[in-house]
Amino acid sequence: MSQDKFKPELVSPFRRKLLMGAAALPALALLGPRPSFAQAATAAVNTTGLAVTDSTVTVGILHSVTGTMAISETGSVQAEKLAISQINAAGGVLGRKIEFIQEDGASDWPTFAEKAKKLLVQDKTAAVFGCWTSASRKAVLPVFEQYNGMLYYPTFYEGLEQSKNVIYTGQEATQQIIAGLDWVAKEKGAKTFYLLGSDYIWPRTSNKIARKHIENHLNLEVVGEEYFPLGHTQFNSAINKIKLKKPDVIYAIIVGGSNVAFYKQLKAAGFDLENKQTLLTISVTEDEIRGIGGENIVGAYACMKYFQSLDNPNNAAFVKAFKDMWGQDIVIGDVTQAAYLGPWLWKLTVEKAGSFDIDKIAAASPGVEFTGAPEGYVRIHENHHLWSKTRVGRARTDGQYDLIYETADLVEPNPFPKGYQ
Amino acid sequence: MFDYSLGELGSILAMQAFAGLILFSVFVLMALGLAIIFGQMGVINMAHGEFLILGAYVTYITQHLFSDYLPWAQPAYFLVAMVFAFVVSGALGLIVEWLLIRHLYSRPLDTLLATWGLSLIMQQVFRSVFGAREVGVELPDWLMGSLAVTDTIEVQINGLFVMGLTLLITAAVLVLLFRSRWGLQVRAVTANRVMAGAVGIDTRRVDRLTFGLGCGVAGIAGSAFTMIGSTGPTSGQLYIVDTFLVVVFGGAQSLFGTVASALTISQSQSALEFFLSGSMAKVITLLIVIGILMLRPQGLFVLKLRR
Repeated sequence: MSQDKFKPELVSPFRRKLLMGAAALPALALLGPRPSFAQAATAAVNTTGLAVTDSTVTVGILHSVTGTMAISETGSVQAEKLAISQINAAGGVLGRKIEFIQEDGASDWPTFAEKAKKLLVQDKTAAVFGCWTSASRKAVLPVFEQYNGMLYYPTFYEGLEQSKNVIYTGQEATQQIIAGLDWVAKEKGAKTFYLLGSDYIWPRTSNKIARKHIENHLNLEVVGEEYFPLGHTQFNSAINKIKLKKPDVIYAIIVGGSNVAFYKQLKAAGFDLENKQTLLTISVTEDEIRGIGGENIVGAYACMKYFQSLDNPNNAAFVKAFKDMWGQDIVIGDVTQAAYLGPWLWKLTVEKAGSFDIDKIAAASPGVEFTGAPEGYVRIHENHHLWSKTRVGRARTDGQYDLIYETADLVEPNPFPKGYQ
Repeated sequence: MFDYSLGELGSILAMQAFAGLILFSVFVLMALGLAIIFGQMGVINMAHGEFLILGAYVTYITQHLFSDYLPWAQPAYFLVAMVFAFVVSGALGLIVEWLLIRHLYSRPLDTLLATWGLSLIMQQVFRSVFGAREVGVELPDWLMGSLAVTDTIEVQINGLFVMGLTLLITAAVLVLLFRSRWGLQVRAVTANRVMAGAVGIDTRRVDRLTFGLGCGVAGIAGSAFTMIGSTGPTSGQLYIVDTFLVVVFGGAQSLFGTVASALTISQSQSALEFFLSGSMAKVITLLIVIGILMLRPQGLFVLKLRR
């Protein structure tokens, strides 16, 4: 598809040479329209004054590279830059090289909103790849809707949101949760669950969905549900409770530094995740394991859509390119892969729409397919989320996951699940 | 709550008491360095959390040095790391006191601002040197796992280790303060700085050593916390709130107060955490502390001083 768009530029030098030998007048007549054609093209593909020139298009990257969230968001920045450089190497978008302006959200939600406004109003960026926490997304959402921008948001999140101005490249909660619970109930014969989470919107909403699914659809039992303040580092009392309730499955949605404390203390308390206790998490990617230490979490199951160890040609190429660009000892987690999808999906959508206009991109997004995704084939749904497979992996000592199970088909995104709220 | 057998209830109580004791040890270890500095010098060290994490990073480096150069001594690296952590954090404390704090003794509120700035600088240095991601510190095997006392009661080895360490460090600090000549000088300076200077005590030197000691103890604590928590540029922030809570609640100038307040807060929190959820336990603990501080604004223990 993209090749057609390059044709005028690719052919013209050749045509010019041919025409050199021809009479001057017809040559001028043929050459004459060329610059004006390109001008017209820019005017045609960009009717709303975005930062698009004949040769470049400017996008924004908006993540935290300082502050608490820098730990998590660094991988997303790296993935987005990799995708942009690959797209440029393959000819850019509608024949234009992508240039990016990077802003730092500094782990502070008002800063995110301010920088989003700057990227949209001052820099006129054609798309923004960014945000990580739900709080930062909620902070920038009104800005993107007011100034009509386009945000590609990479993190798996709680759902209950849908916007014309956002494409959600991570999984929403039901996609990530339900398949994993079905798997653990069927394969592990689990009957009782203990739900744990950090105390904010994503774990609470996710556990709510998990509880409804466990109780109403699987007809199994939740024997405990508990939340801890962000940054909580003492889990001994909770671990004692788990010991007494003896759940078949510990379902953990703990995030950040708390994660490290939780798994270290769980291991110290004698829980053997490898042989005795089943633990299923949706919040620990390969990135988090680096801090936790593989030996502390080995044997735990994680349910998400991507693992670095996935065995397919797309992923092999992606992992290699990522390591070549950012260092051999780097690890790639679920969100990093989802962030990598953002620029590619945007490029495909722009080319489908034949325009950089936000409204046309928003309208053209549903149905856009990306066959080169490291996680495998993905497609954008009418609700601006992605159809994707859900996978269960098991943590190894070296901090990678072994793929244990994947859904046969793509799972439909359902950000407003009926019966789960 | 009451669908347990009597034996199970017994082991719940035993394990909960132990969980409370571990929390108590962690609180004391966290707060000790701050209490020394705050109590003896009146300087509020906002960078305390970063000195803790400096100790944790020193442990991380030591682990790598040992696995690269002295693999046979790997099991013992943790003990060596704690000594290093004390030396490095303490030395940095001495430098910071000399460069920054000593110019601000007459402006206590400015030390607050200056040490807060210092904490931001240290966080960014950690981030630049070690990367934004948390690093994993591998523990020697003998620190992992738990001892089964009975079939249902298990005690965690690293918990025991933290408790032992806390006892040791607290005892050492108390001996230093109350049985050594230097301790006598520190207490004299705390009681009356001008008079202490007049009788020939070098108050500046006492201040510098006190600050260094406080930071060094924070370094040891940080080293020990690699067993239970994360090591990242901003991990220090996880501890700082609890630390201030313990010190302020205990009465700023009394080490005994710090210990007593750590005991009160840890026991109530771990008991509440068992019966309620983690978040509610924190809320109720904070409410209790606020309530008691309203009745006793000076904290649990106060030194009787002539002003």
